[in-house]
Amino acid sequence: MSTPTLGVWKFTSCDGCQLTLLDCEDELLALAGQVRIAQFLEASSAVVGGPYDVSLVEGSISTPDEAERIQRIRAESRVLVAIGACATAGGIQALRNFADVDEFRSVVYAAPQYIDTLATSTAISEHVDVDFELRGCPIDRHQLLEVLTAYLAGRKPDLPDTSVCTECKRRGLTCVMVAHGTPCLGPVTHAGCGALCPAYGRGCFGCFGPMTNPNVPALTAQLRVLGMAEDEVDRVFRTFTVSSFERER
Amino acid sequence: MWTAEPMLPVRYRVTDRRAETADSATLWLEPVDEPLPAIEPGQFTMLYAYGVGEVPISVSGIEDDTLVHTIRAVGAVSRALHAARPGTVIGARGPFGTTWRVADAIGRDLVVVAGGIGLAPLRPVVVAALDLRPSFAGVTVVAGARAPEEFLFRDELDDWAKRDDLELRLTIDKPAPGWDGPVGFVTEPLAEVAVDPLRTVAFLCGPEPMMRFSANLLLRKGVPACRILVSLERNMKCGVGLCGHCQLGPALLCRDGPVVDYAYAEPLLSVKEL
Amino acid sequence: MSTATIDVDGLGRLIDVLAADGYQVIGPTVRDGAIVLAELDSVDQLPSGWGVEVGPGEYRLRKRADTAMFAHSAGPQSWKQFLHPAHRKLWSTDAEGNGFVPAVEEVPKYAFLGVRGCDLAAIGVLGGVLAGGRHPDGSYVRRRPLFVVGVNCTEPGGVCFCASMGTGPAVGPGYDLVLTELVDDDGHRFVVDVGSAQGRRIFDRVPSREAPADEVGLAQEAVASAAGRMGREMPATDLAEVVRDSRESPLWDDIAARCLNCANCTLVCPTCFCTTTEDVTDLTGEHAERWQRWSSCFELDFSYLHGGEVRTSGASRYRQWLSHKLGTWYDQFGGSGCVGCGRCIAWCPVGIDLTAEAARLSAAAKGSVDVDR
Repeated sequence: MSTPTLGVWKFTSCDGCQLTLLDCEDELLALAGQVRIAQFLEASSAVVGGPYDVSLVEGSISTPDEAERIQRIRAESRVLVAIGACATAGGIQALRNFADVDEFRSVVYAAPQYIDTLATSTAISEHVDVDFELRGCPIDRHQLLEVLTAYLAGRKPDLPDTSVCTECKRRGLTCVMVAHGTPCLGPVTHAGCGALCPAYGRGCFGCFGPMTNPNVPALTAQLRVLGMAEDEVDRVFRTFTVSSFERER
Repeated sequence: MWTAEPMLPVRYRVTDRRAETADSATLWLEPVDEPLPAIEPGQFTMLYAYGVGEVPISVSGIEDDTLVHTIRAVGAVSRALHAARPGTVIGARGPFGTTWRVADAIGRDLVVVAGGIGLAPLRPVVVAALDLRPSFAGVTVVAGARAPEEFLFRDELDDWAKRDDLELRLTIDKPAPGWDGPVGFVTEPLAEVAVDPLRTVAFLCGPEPMMRFSANLLLRKGVPACRILVSLERNMKCGVGLCGHCQLGPALLCRDGPVVDYAYAEPLLSVKEL
Repeated sequence: MSTATIDVDGLGRLIDVLAADGYQVIGPTVRDGAIVLAELDSVDQLPSGWGVEVGPGEYRLRKRADTAMFAHSAGPQSWKQFLHPAHRKLWSTDAEGNGFVPAVEEVPKYAFLGVRGCDLAAIGVLGGVLAGGRHPDGSYVRRRPLFVVGVNCTEPGGVCFCASMGTGPAVGPGYDLVLTELVDDDGHRFVVDVGSAQGRRIFDRVPSREAPADEVGLAQEAVASAAGRMGREMPATDLAEVVRDSRESPLWDDIAARCLNCANCTLVCPTCFCTTTEDVTDLTGEHAERWQRWSSCFELDFSYLHGGEVRTSGASRYRQWLSHKLGTWYDQFGGSGCVGCGRCIAWCPVGIDLTAEAARLSAAAKGSVDVDR
């Protein structure tokens, strides 16, 4: 088998997820030995043309240009992996989906006439077929390595579509909601972070977005029992994966 | 022999491979180390493809220490096993699960009903019946496939078709060029089979709806549910009753199945999402 | 039965003796706002003066007026985490085909201190699953030689129902030593019963005095009265039959409307044993490993079968959990999967109560409630 090529692509995002690849310090050399990095502007300005065996796509689609560019990348990619809350849910910038983008434009920018933007910020999967999604803001480096090693081995990557609670309990952590009364989105949030926030005594804020078939209304009722006011409940679901959670509420 | 580490495979080497259809192949596997205990028709092993994972696969042939498995490529692991060529080392654990209890059917009429890849677990039943042919009253095989080229063991089916001591009825899902046999589900040719309910033992394997329809047809023909055997499938991770995945109501199918009788299976299969 | 009494120093001495004998002593201690199970070096780590207030979906540490160390009911963890680890390597292999090498596990010699009746029963149920069949789990078998210091329960919690499951409040057979804690004007002490030869061998090295009859009487009364102070009760009926008769009950949808499918109940349950496997390779592809981790019937892909999951609805997943725990466990392993510890009720983030749901199913199966609500 010839060395597979890897492309890393950026759409509307902060670059934090692609940087997770550079964060894989211990594995980076081994990775460089197994894949040819053909396109990764955060790491190198050298660019090799497609097609690409694996494309990691960061960011949401929020401009007309991006909506076209993602089609080209899909066409050139054998396996396309959407990485991060922006690419898998539209990101924090999807707050605009629930507001008037023209109003935002006029408030935020000094010269709004130069801003060419879509009314919505959407996930990659709303535009093209996506083979795998790595959730989170930012993504988890273990999950990134899993998707790459699984690709190299021909394996289905282990990206459990379960609650954060499953990871929390396997770590032996004490539930912050039951024992401390701290609101936590863990019971409806897609696993993958290793229960990072509960490990520090904080409630999960849902940056991995909802798991499949979450019971968000039931959790919302419990958040109210814990004393959250209606606007607080709204705010807790309207962060990095706002568009995904709004669909489940 | 599994007392210490029931999850630890032993090595087997692929010594022969025969493509059956576009997406299925039969593998012959020779032990590299100590062979597993003898496997019986209806049982399965857990086969491991290096770096990819492990899946349960029913035995499709009984040949001393050689494991014979027919694998359809449907997921990552079965694709990797399907792609394995002679020389490839894979892992195997087993044998696990219940058997078709062919010996209990001696003296009776055998009715074998298979859908698609379901013919693989049933092949050893037919082979055993033909080996002991005078011991059985009648042997009928009804097999269905999506298309003519989707039948497993086609050379063997041709041989069976020529025998006068075996009634073979094949059907395909929709009309296909060059096919002059019946078209439709296995229940159609099965309906035409003359069944003596007092003497019949039925062996069913295929998609769950196919088994349910076939079993109900046989029940209507008067075959008692306890003499209709079905091979059931659920997710399996361990094969040894330790992981909990293969539950179907009261059954742990890796231990209490895969082969169960329809009197046991019917009330379970009739409940949605059990 | 020889009964003796030790004081807090004596309990400390017991921990020392066990440690000197090579045991890793595990017992209750306060951490992160809960009473968890951890390795103990000293009696000072026990949760002296701490109690808990427990209800459905709620658990709070409470300071007690006395110095009692075992006056708390089940916490977020169970002994399962030591006997059936949440994540462990099974074996490794390589691309050269050199064979499968079982993972080497450093298994300590465990002494469990403070095991309740419900939890000792749970250890037995878990053992029945993992070591009672044709293919015993080697890892469990290696961990199983235990030294058990039981504690008779004198302070049941708000979600406890061991009395109705027949597993407590008194610790059943299987302990090496069992303590009954007494704290009153006569001091803080523990009435000790010896349950095994290994218990005798250890206890002989702990300074004790013979327990006077009135002290033994006090201890027995405290345990007996606990049976009447359970926060919950499982309906006294043939639950296996209720479960069989409830497969098509509309109540599952009613529960599913509240259930989060988060899997907490199964993970805190001391007998839930389900696991899944992970296949791991390194980037070079030269090495591969297989791992095992706790899994749950609430996970969507638990029932995955080429093409889709069998149990997609929340109703079917809750039905699987309750039916297995209270009903089909009998078919599979010859007893109930529930010991009445109440963890699934306390640690359910929305407080779904297994005993209440079992009672409703039971009533509905008998036709005595209107299930349409």
